[in-house]
Amino acid sequence: MLKAIKRIYMSVVFLFLYAPIIVLIVFSFNKSKSRGQWGGFTLDWYIDLFKDRQIREALYFTILIAVISTVVSTIVGTIAALGISNMSKLGRTIVLNINNLPVLNPDIVTGVALMTLFISLRIELGFVTMLISHIVFSIPYVILAVLPKIRQMNKHTAEAALDLGATPAYAMRKVIIPEIMPGIISGALIAFTLSIDDFVISFFTAGTSATNLSILIYSMAKRGVKPTINALSTLMFVVVLVLMIIINKKKDKGEDIII
Amino acid sequence: MQRRGRGRIAYPYTVWMVIFIVVPLFLILFYSFTEGDIHNLKDLRFSLNGYKKVLEPIYLKVIGNSFVLAGISTFICLIIGYPVAMMIANTDAKYRNLLLTLFIVPIWMNFLLRTYAWMSLLSPNGLVNRVLLWLGLPKLEIMPGKGAVLLGMVYNFLPFMILPIYTVLSKIDKHVIEAAHDLGGNNVITFMRIILPLSVPGIVSGITMVFLPAVSTFVISGLLGGGKAPLIGDLIEQQFLSSRDWHFGSSLSIILMVMILISMAVMSRIDKSEAEEERRKI
Amino acid sequence: MSKTLIELRNLTKRYNDMTAVDGINLTIRENEFVTLLGPSGCGKTTTLRMIGGFEDPDEGEILFEGKLLNNVPAYKRNVNTVFQRYALFTHMNVYENVAFGLRVKKVPNSEIDRRVKKMLKMVDLEGFEKRNVDSLSGGQQQRVAIARALVNEPKVLLLDEPLGALDLKLRKEMQIELLDMQRSLGITFIYVTHDQEEALTMSDTVVVMNKGVIQQVGTPEDIYNEPINRFVAGFIGESNIIEGVMLEDYKVSFDGMVFDCVDKGFAPNEPVDIVIRPEDIRIVVDPEEGMIKGRVTSVVFKGVHYEMIIESDTREYLVQRTKMFPEGSIVGMNVQPADIQVMKRGSTPCSEEEEEE
Repeated sequence: MLKAIKRIYMSVVFLFLYAPIIVLIVFSFNKSKSRGQWGGFTLDWYIDLFKDRQIREALYFTILIAVISTVVSTIVGTIAALGISNMSKLGRTIVLNINNLPVLNPDIVTGVALMTLFISLRIELGFVTMLISHIVFSIPYVILAVLPKIRQMNKHTAEAALDLGATPAYAMRKVIIPEIMPGIISGALIAFTLSIDDFVISFFTAGTSATNLSILIYSMAKRGVKPTINALSTLMFVVVLVLMIIINKKKDKGEDIII
Repeated sequence: MQRRGRGRIAYPYTVWMVIFIVVPLFLILFYSFTEGDIHNLKDLRFSLNGYKKVLEPIYLKVIGNSFVLAGISTFICLIIGYPVAMMIANTDAKYRNLLLTLFIVPIWMNFLLRTYAWMSLLSPNGLVNRVLLWLGLPKLEIMPGKGAVLLGMVYNFLPFMILPIYTVLSKIDKHVIEAAHDLGGNNVITFMRIILPLSVPGIVSGITMVFLPAVSTFVISGLLGGGKAPLIGDLIEQQFLSSRDWHFGSSLSIILMVMILISMAVMSRIDKSEAEEERRKI
Repeated sequence: MSKTLIELRNLTKRYNDMTAVDGINLTIRENEFVTLLGPSGCGKTTTLRMIGGFEDPDEGEILFEGKLLNNVPAYKRNVNTVFQRYALFTHMNVYENVAFGLRVKKVPNSEIDRRVKKMLKMVDLEGFEKRNVDSLSGGQQQRVAIARALVNEPKVLLLDEPLGALDLKLRKEMQIELLDMQRSLGITFIYVTHDQEEALTMSDTVVVMNKGVIQQVGTPEDIYNEPINRFVAGFIGESNIIEGVMLEDYKVSFDGMVFDCVDKGFAPNEPVDIVIRPEDIRIVVDPEEGMIKGRVTSVVFKGVHYEMIIESDTREYLVQRTKMFPEGSIVGMNVQPADIQVMKRGSTPCSEEEEEE
């Protein structure tokens, strides 16, 4: 009896979470543009999606910025984390508190603040400013992911390497980096996800010349529903689902991926 | 390897941080306390007009609305999400991860698309209304409006409440729960006196992860509110992009930041004092 | 003879394909210190948990004072448990942890205060009332767990390897304290451990288990001196286990010789297992004076005694004596008939066994 109630409750919540997405998916195949009526099966919207230059452009920018910002922020963040872990307590506290500001601050404040900076410096808003902004908000997350791993690391491992004759650079490459790698990967994944999904900060720092997927969807949504968005949603959902399945399979196999 | 000198490799990032994190915030702070043409430095003079404007009734109402809506949606997320977290934590280890993933997957979907999905569903000719019509029930006119924004908030942030609560619950040693039963506590007593207090850190975490983004959003209110439920976020966006009153926008941003910092301080106080209280009980 | 408190009848518990507890029968009395002893996986903890109400049996009954306990939930049973890792309530202080069971029963505050303070005194934690349980050492946490259970005045206390996480010296101290507690309180303790020395030290009755089946039930002396099968002999203390043949009552043959012994009741020429404890083998300098001749191949000083391995024609014997015989020396070995324990071949378990000797 109790079990039945549990099952029903979970199913209701589950449905609540997935219903809108499922509706989008179903309607992406809907011939009729209407939001409520079924007009027949079609793949037209998917074809339109691929033809739409705006969407292709936005997708390109989105992925390009995500990749670049992830690479840069992971490298800079890891180096910074290594440096921070060696700082005095006071230095560390100050640096980490400032570092955490983009994490704690609402997106809109960070976005507006960066926009203000760029405009005050008379830098034109566009691809570069958007890229810089993504790096700004990604690095703190990388640091937050790598730092605990550095702390957890056995202090004596590096000393043991030196004791056995390794140069500091060699010890870094072959001993330290591999040991903190889970944190680095974790940080990189977070940075990538945040960048792909970002809307607010990009919105304020992209200006008129640059765009990304989220900005495009926002403007499309504001102007009125375009069924191509449904097709886009479906594709994105499938990609996310597949990624999730792959990651979970890896988890089951015992590979250390921290979500 | 642990010598002080090596801290130096973090210095470049420190410089970056000052330029891109500290300076922008100072600019906002600066603008909030001044007035005049922002592009003409000589024109700027000290003024509290930005803050005074915030105190105007219409704007206070907007701020109030933000807190109320964010508060209600956080509460709803807690009420709905806690039982879900508990049920997942009580599932067999075999299926637990899968179940958790299923409830978390939605947050990996693009935030805008999820909000847009509700636009579609709740619009006057949308699916929800068509179903209601078919059932002979009255039309739901909440979109655009406060109700839709509330729904949008709950929908977007529910998984963020479930995850931290689940994490804390799953870490409770099952022997502790058995000990409570062993000492005579039935399921209700065990929940109220053992499980609930031990899950407080998760609850606090969840509240933080829902309330803060909820109170500062402008996407949800922009798309689902249609101007009927402007929130702080919408207001700030307006000032910086349409109205061009950066001073007022900066004042609003500072106020938002301060309110959020206060909320977070309160949250961490609650977390600590709950534990202290239990300890001091005689 | 004291009253029967708990009866386990044909108790069985299965997990997937594995049978953890296989149809065991056991009687536990009032004021008894019973220890369930065996290697990990033998079913002792599962049995304990079924008595406590944390696992449901698949078959069989648990009777408490004659009444069926099977469907009674854990929170209604008049037993209390001390868990292996204490399972203290970390969000409460020491006082509240101990008082929990009393508060649930809505005992008036003044009485709670009296009983909690009395219990804290008994476990030597007076003054610790307001302490945070996280700040206590392992031994102190253990005592809080014990106090928390005993304050409810249960008829039976279940202890699931409670001393496992303590260091050796502390463990030995706690063993004596627990024994004193049981004696002064006069209640039944059901204790689970894999440490045979611990079991022999503390118990009135030892129940040896293996693979879900009870091997032997008896006093520590019985279990040690007269193990009924190879498993019990091997698990308790050190032993020399030898295959032989029981020729007739009081006469057993092994290693090519015939020995007098004190066992009977076997079929003529029945194959048997024989166990001789290392401390029961006497060494004589002149090999001819010994029943078995052998050469010393290893000598290790263990403090309490020397442990030597003596090789005869047929096997190695483990011998413990306080007098040392150097490596390489040829010696003779003797053993008294009473020290030759004959057991049925194989580890066939016994079902309900009461040692009434």
